[in-house]
Order: sequence, then C-alpha cells, then structure tokens
Amino acid sequence: MAVAETKRAIYEGTRIPSPIPSVLQVDPGLREEGDILEVNFGPNHPSTHGVLRLIVELNGEKVVGLQAVVGYLHTGFEKNMEAKTYWKAITYPERIDYVSFQNNELVFVLAIEKLLGIEPPPKAQWMRMLLCELNRIHSHLVWLGTAALELGAISMFWYCFRERDAILDLFELVGGVRMHTRYFQAGGLAEDIPQGFYDECRAFADTMEKRVDDYEALLSGQAIWLERTKGVGLLSAEDAIALGQSGPVLRASGVDWDLRKVQPYLVYDQVDFEVPVYPNGDVYDRYKVHMDEMRQSTRIVQQALHGMPEGPWIVDDRKIVLPPRHELHTSMESLIHHFKLVTEGYRVPEGEVYVTVESPRGELGCYLVSDGGPKPWRVKFRAPSFVALEATATCMSDALVADLIAIVGSLDTVMGEVDR
Amino acid sequence: MSPQPFDSLKGFAVTFRQMFKKPITQQYPEYKRPVYPRFRGRHRLWRHENGLEKCVGCSLCAAACPADCIRVVAAENTPGNRVSPGERYARIYEINLSRCIFCGYCELACPFDAITLEAEFEISEYSRDDLIYTKDMLLAEPVKRMPVADRDLYDTPTPVWKAES
Ligand code: SF4
Ligand code: SF4
Repeated sequence: MAVAETKRAIYEGTRIPSPIPSVLQVDPGLREEGDILEVNFGPNHPSTHGVLRLIVELNGEKVVGLQAVVGYLHTGFEKNMEAKTYWKAITYPERIDYVSFQNNELVFVLAIEKLLGIEPPPKAQWMRMLLCELNRIHSHLVWLGTAALELGAISMFWYCFRERDAILDLFELVGGVRMHTRYFQAGGLAEDIPQGFYDECRAFADTMEKRVDDYEALLSGQAIWLERTKGVGLLSAEDAIALGQSGPVLRASGVDWDLRKVQPYLVYDQVDFEVPVYPNGDVYDRYKVHMDEMRQSTRIVQQALHGMPEGPWIVDDRKIVLPPRHELHTSMESLIHHFKLVTEGYRVPEGEVYVTVESPRGELGCYLVSDGGPKPWRVKFRAPSFVALEATATCMSDALVADLIAIVGSLDTVMGEVDR
Repeated sequence: MSPQPFDSLKGFAVTFRQMFKKPITQQYPEYKRPVYPRFRGRHRLWRHENGLEKCVGCSLCAAACPADCIRVVAAENTPGNRVSPGERYARIYEINLSRCIFCGYCELACPFDAITLEAEFEISEYSRDDLIYTKDMLLAEPVKRMPVADRDLYDTPTPVWKAES
C-alpha cells in the first residue's frame, strides 16, 4: 500500500492563477458548458478557522474557481489604538491574533521601545523569549488540533488541548490571565517572575518533548493522514516568495527563512535552535514544519529556563514605567509620576518605525508612527495570516473539494488577524 | 516504501497506552482548580478597617481603563455623611463587566488599593444588565469563594502591584 508515490510532486516555477493572486478564475469555456456549481463555504462553517467565506466553483469534485471573502471579523483594532495612550493600546494587539497573543504583544511593545530608545534589562528579554516560544507551541497545538480534527483525526484535538491547557496555566501563573496577559510592558515585564514558575515550566518542557513524539506517532505514518495531505496544496518556492509568504508556509516550500535567525531580536542569537525546512511544499510538509518547530521551541524554552539571568525585570525610568507600589504612599514625586502616567501616558518621540518578529504564522510586522504625543498617530500590522490567505487560490489549482479543508487548514490563518 | 503497517501499530500503541493513564479531566463544578494568586477575576472594592471606603472617587481607574467600562461620579464628604477618609467619595461606582477585558489596569492605577481583581471567575449572567456591577455589589463579600494557590510560591515575595497600604 504505497501512498506517497502516486501523489503529485511539487512543481517548478510559477502558477499563480490570475493577476489577483487570491482569486482562482473559472475557464470561460468550462463555464459555457454549464456544469459549474457555485458553493458558499462559510462564513459559518466549522472548518474555516473562524469566519472565512470562500466562494467555491466546482466542476464535479474539482475546484475550478475560488474567491475568498474576508472582513467578517473586522473590529477596527488599528484605528481604535490611535485613540488610546500607548499604555492602554498594549492590550489591543494581543486580541488581533488571539492565538499567538504574546508575539503580537511583543511586536507592538518592541516598536514602542524602539521609538523611545530604551533597552529592557536582560531578564525581561529572556523571559519575553521564553513566553513567546511557549506561545508558539500553544499556537501550533491549536493549529494541529483543529487542522487534524477537520481531516477526521478527532483524538488529536484532545491530545493537543491537554498540552495547550498546561501552557495556558503557565500564562495564568505569570501574567494573571490565561490569554491576553498584557505582561509585556514598554521597558520590560509588568511583574517579576514568581519562583514557582521555573519548576512548573520545566516540568512542562520535559513532558512536551515526549508529547510531540506521540503526536507524530498518531499522524505521521498513518495511511489516511498521508492520503489526505501528501501532494495536496502544492506551492513552489518561487510562488511562495512571489506571494510574500513567510513562516511555516514558506519553510515548507523549501526556503530557509526565519526572522529569529536572519535578523535576531530579543536574545535569539544566544540560544541554540534549528530552523526546520522541508522541500515538498504540500500540506504534509507544512505539518512537519509545525511539528519540528514545536520541538525546537521546547528546546529554546529549556535553554531560556537555564539561562534566565537575575536582576531587574523592567527599566528604572519614572517617565515611562509606573513607580513601585510602595513608593506611592511615601513619595510625593512618585505619586505625581503615577498620576501623570495613568491619566496622560508617556510621550513617545516623533518618528516612525517598522518592527518585525517571527510569529507562529510568519513575519509579523508593526508599523508605528508617532507625532510626539502620548497616543500613536498610526498603527498598522503586517498580518502573516492575511498574506497566507492570498496563497489559497494558488494552492488550490487542481485540488478536489475535499482537499480544500486540508489546504485552508494548513495555511494556518487566524481570521481575527486577517480582518483586524 | 510502504510505511504500513508498522506505523499504524505505533499509533495504536499511543492510544493503547492512554488506557493506563489517569484521566486529566477535572470534575469542574464540584472541583475547582485553585487559581494562581495573580489571577484577575471579578473586581472587588475594599473598605478600611474602620468601615470607611478606601475609594476616594479620584477616577484614575476610569482613566486607565482601555475598555472605558468604569463609571465614577464623585461627591463631597460631609461631617454628617462620611463615606471615605478623603475629601470626596464615589457616589456612583459602576463597572460594566460585559465590556471589561480583565486587564487589571484599574488595579494598577488606583493609588489607594481600593479596587483589586480577585479570584472569582463565575460571573456569567442571563441578562447583560446584571453584568453592570454597582458599588454595593463590589463592596460586598463575595458569595462564592474560589481557592487560590500558594501565594508564596506563585507570586513574588513583595508583590509589585498589591502591596499593603
Ligand atoms: S480590568 Fe481593565 S477593562 Fe476591566 S475595569 Fe479594570 S481597567 Fe477596565
Ligand atoms: S477605585 Fe481607586 S482609582 Fe478608582 S476612583 Fe476609587 S480611589 Fe480612584
């Protein structure tokens, strides 16, 4: 029962279907024959990863036309942030991509820090890296659980969400809530790391290694999984670059590109990890990239726990950071700073920055313009999910309708981030 | 190269092993996992030991709230009606918990430790109106008591934001 050989191999060159890369147009000749069935897939479909609407045109089982309609989850985060002081605006990016909340928070905080010209202390840098990697595992677990569920591997969902819950517990421990922690503040971390965190996190990292092997045992070699994923949703390296892909989608097409390596931020240059790259550009390889990234992230978590320096967790700058609590009752100056920071917020020098981080979904960018006031003048996020969605039509060329679920799932889009 | 059937057996082994593991299910309404001490649940307003309210109606929490869900209307304390130790007190103090995002900024902003976010998380209601918490509701002892994990281990020795006043 050889599964893989019968499958289509990755193509060379480019096959972007139309000038608008996100639309797959039906051949006019085919339409004249009149055998085209137009189907609405979503917006309320359990396997669209949120509220994505795809207008699919079918010729029998074959997908011949495709059009993605987005915007159902538009909440105007970016515009809203312009009306909030920087301090308050930190709570917004987390909610844009609610699955990789910590990375979204990081990119905004890094942008503020770049404009302010401050450098957080080493402990904050290491802790940020640790939490971002935990968040990456969390995001990949959610992806694996739901993407496998859509293809019928229901038990994966329970396995993945078991570990996901352990990660959310860790976030609750340090940040106070399970998601959207607002734990990263301009200048460092909101609070010190509690002692109990280290042991709990180490225990989690130790089990996580074995768990990823379990997931692989449940999926990697299984005939149905291979049948559904191998040679499906092909995207060549050339097309992936032309469509601006990043993250797992790009690396599964054989391009070695990871911002953590090529443009290290935080302390990623001080830890040892590898970037998984797979050459085939199909759903299976995207799945493999996710699995290997979970292993590498676990490695980074372990190294970060080991290398976590002691010291302050936030810069000592009373113009930006709230003064320590006990000083409020003893020092008039601190109280004035406190009032100033809470009511008016800190002022950020005039200028514009673009900061990128490698979020679980790829290159996440934040473009921030400040007019020197306490509120951002313009915020714009470069959402990797939105870019990934543009590759849907290219991946879908000569796919069957059943593959559509696998392909849309493998691109790992979070609709909150697409629509913002 | 055929990956079957050895790989299938590997998958079955994972499933089979699961039978001998203890279930991780928590019997939720009966058993409540202790929340960590930093957990931010429903708000609570506090009183001084002598019965006066800690809140002085300064509206800093309302200014800090990213969701704009706190409404404070202050009034002057008079000798006949002394509610708080300061000059003023909060005549109306409302939090719209259906808007609140539990960021805890109000707790950070309050210079008098009058408002904190406590461990209670069972706050769903059948009607949105019931989610507007008034001052009396926030001042009262909570009916439900949530277990909280060891404070020494899971919070920093001198909590930054929750120092005693
Ligand atoms: S927790 Fe945040 S959103 Fe809720 S009332 Fe306090 S400041 Fe407002
Ligand atoms: S709770 Fe605190 S910040 Fe809010 S009005 Fe009262 S004293 Fe001021």
